[in-house]
Amino acid sequence: MPNLTRTEVLTDAQTHYCPGCGHGIIHRLVAEVIDELGIREKTIGTAPVGCAVLLYDYFNCDIIECAHGRPPAVATGMKRVQPDKIVFTYQGDGDLAAIGTSETIHAANRGENITVIFVNNAIYGMTGGQMAPTTLTGMFSTTSQDGRGEHGEGPPLKVCELLSSLEGVCYLERTAVSTPKDVISAKRAIKKAFQNQIDGKGFSLVEVLSMCPTDWKLSTAKAVDFVNNEMKTAFPLGVYVDRS
Amino acid sequence: MGQKILLKGNEVMAEAAVQAGCRFFAGYPITPQNEVPEYMSKRMPQVGGVFVQAESEIAAINMIFGASAAGARCMTSSSSPGVSLKQEGISYIAAAELPCLIANMQRGGPGLGNIRASQADYFQAVKGGGHGDYRLIVLAPASLQELYNLTMNAFDWADYYRNPVMILGDGILGQMAEPVEILPYEPILELPEKDFVLDGCKGRKPRVVKTLILKPADGLIAHNEHLQEKYKRIESELSLCEEYQTTDAEIVIAAYGITARIAKGAVRMARAKGIAAGLIRPITLWPFPNEPFISAAKTASQMLVVEMSHGQFIEDVKLAVNGQCPVEFLGKGGGWYPTEEIILEKIESMAAASATAVKGKL
Amino acid sequence: MKKIHFEKHRCKGCGLCVLFCPQKNLRMSEDLNDQGLSYPEEIDPACCTACGLCFRMCPDVAIEVYQQVAKDKKQ
Repeated sequence: MPNLTRTEVLTDAQTHYCPGCGHGIIHRLVAEVIDELGIREKTIGTAPVGCAVLLYDYFNCDIIECAHGRPPAVATGMKRVQPDKIVFTYQGDGDLAAIGTSETIHAANRGENITVIFVNNAIYGMTGGQMAPTTLTGMFSTTSQDGRGEHGEGPPLKVCELLSSLEGVCYLERTAVSTPKDVISAKRAIKKAFQNQIDGKGFSLVEVLSMCPTDWKLSTAKAVDFVNNEMKTAFPLGVYVDRS
Repeated sequence: MGQKILLKGNEVMAEAAVQAGCRFFAGYPITPQNEVPEYMSKRMPQVGGVFVQAESEIAAINMIFGASAAGARCMTSSSSPGVSLKQEGISYIAAAELPCLIANMQRGGPGLGNIRASQADYFQAVKGGGHGDYRLIVLAPASLQELYNLTMNAFDWADYYRNPVMILGDGILGQMAEPVEILPYEPILELPEKDFVLDGCKGRKPRVVKTLILKPADGLIAHNEHLQEKYKRIESELSLCEEYQTTDAEIVIAAYGITARIAKGAVRMARAKGIAAGLIRPITLWPFPNEPFISAAKTASQMLVVEMSHGQFIEDVKLAVNGQCPVEFLGKGGGWYPTEEIILEKIESMAAASATAVKGKL
Repeated sequence: MKKIHFEKHRCKGCGLCVLFCPQKNLRMSEDLNDQGLSYPEEIDPACCTACGLCFRMCPDVAIEVYQQVAKDKKQ
């Protein structure tokens, strides 16, 4: 069994993420996968608008910072020009499922050979806790202060379910980082999503349910419980599409 | 002598791009530029390039952002409402200093408008429809040969200055057909190496293409100053304008694009009637060619701006003229087209008014 | 030899490692690191099995686990 140490695909920078935030775990998993697959020198990632906007400070590979919601379109341009490179997007719930819904659906439908990492924490973190498309029914946010659903917000958007209707999609899996077992499973899914791209298999998306203790106004332990109970109920884990 | 072809302006522009090495095109259908994506959908695969019909003009400009960062010569085209959608992306491309070509075949606006030609997007193109202090190099061809030549040159200027370039055309230019000589591409500048390309960090440090500058605290100020220095450099090096019969002109017409072509006819008609008319036709709208206006303002007694809008280009003419000469206006938006006769009528009334004024002084 | 190392000044005091240690062998310190936060400490180093779950949960990669050392020690 090897020693468990920081991968070289992560820089030494201290991240700005809040204590207990899932981004740090997910960054590490993506970085470890890139390291283990030996693709760092031909990988280009996209940084979203959201808490992970500073992702380029944490990854040791080429990164392009995109306008909010546009990573799948940017990745399409990047990948189509350089099909031999590995292109991944890393997006939050506002980026991927609100402002970027069209780009997400169409890149998926075209079957673009890219890897999408979708971090779902059911809230808008960076801007201070507003409602996300994935905010749960009844959940408080600063723009749904009576709880989602009270004033015409509609129910939460389920991305894996939505995209699974598209024939162009190769692989969709929903995972979490709220228990060690989930973390190990998420890494496996992320690795598969990158391997699919290497093998030219097409659009692969891994949704990762993640903690946001700060904007949920919960302790780390209670935030973990929220993912394990409420979020996993609203967003069931599992493989939604696997055409690889 | 190159091969002569007869194609619509939209197709001419697309072919010029391909000849200049454009190998990535993303666009969305919108009248009156549909022939551009249609032509590209067939032509790009023929030259080993990429065509994507994007899901929206927003997606298209963002695909260009990615393709340019990947090192490709790339292009998108649209018409007024679609170009409005692209503004955020254009601001990002300008901020990141990525080269690309954006074509706007203007139509009537505002809103959904109509599908006739107009020149009502001048402000959007030249003053920056996107947010922030940035500039596009804006080109205004007045014939299909000029459209062909400028499209090829546009890619060189874009690469040389690391700046997005816009062809500000219109529905007439896009839809008309006239013979064009297909000249082979020759770079007009010595182009620098593209050292910003994100092609994987093998053998080098990782690169980042970004436009968010939070650290150091005045980092964004420094970046803006850098951009402004670049724009000053472009202004000092690039300025294209045609002057027609301006040396002894009493009444100088100022117009660009297809309007200038019509105005040229009116100038000839005026001259035949003994009126000393002339024409200044800017070809780069940004950088704006100030010099011809400054000189003309000293010698002419009046200027007439003709544009297919309610007065956008006229503001830059007035800035250049700086009060040294009265500037009159002839134009309307909404798809109005001038004719030579309409312009001539205005020239004649200006000439008559001027003669009356002189008479009054005697 | 140590089986586990905490980069205590990288720690943000989130407590995920403490929460998930199967041996319940971690606690947050009394004193504070350079960021003014508590960091994890082993209660009894002999109890650590180098399972690595703390490493897997740490969002800041502030933990290193020497599983090879543990394995060698066993043999």
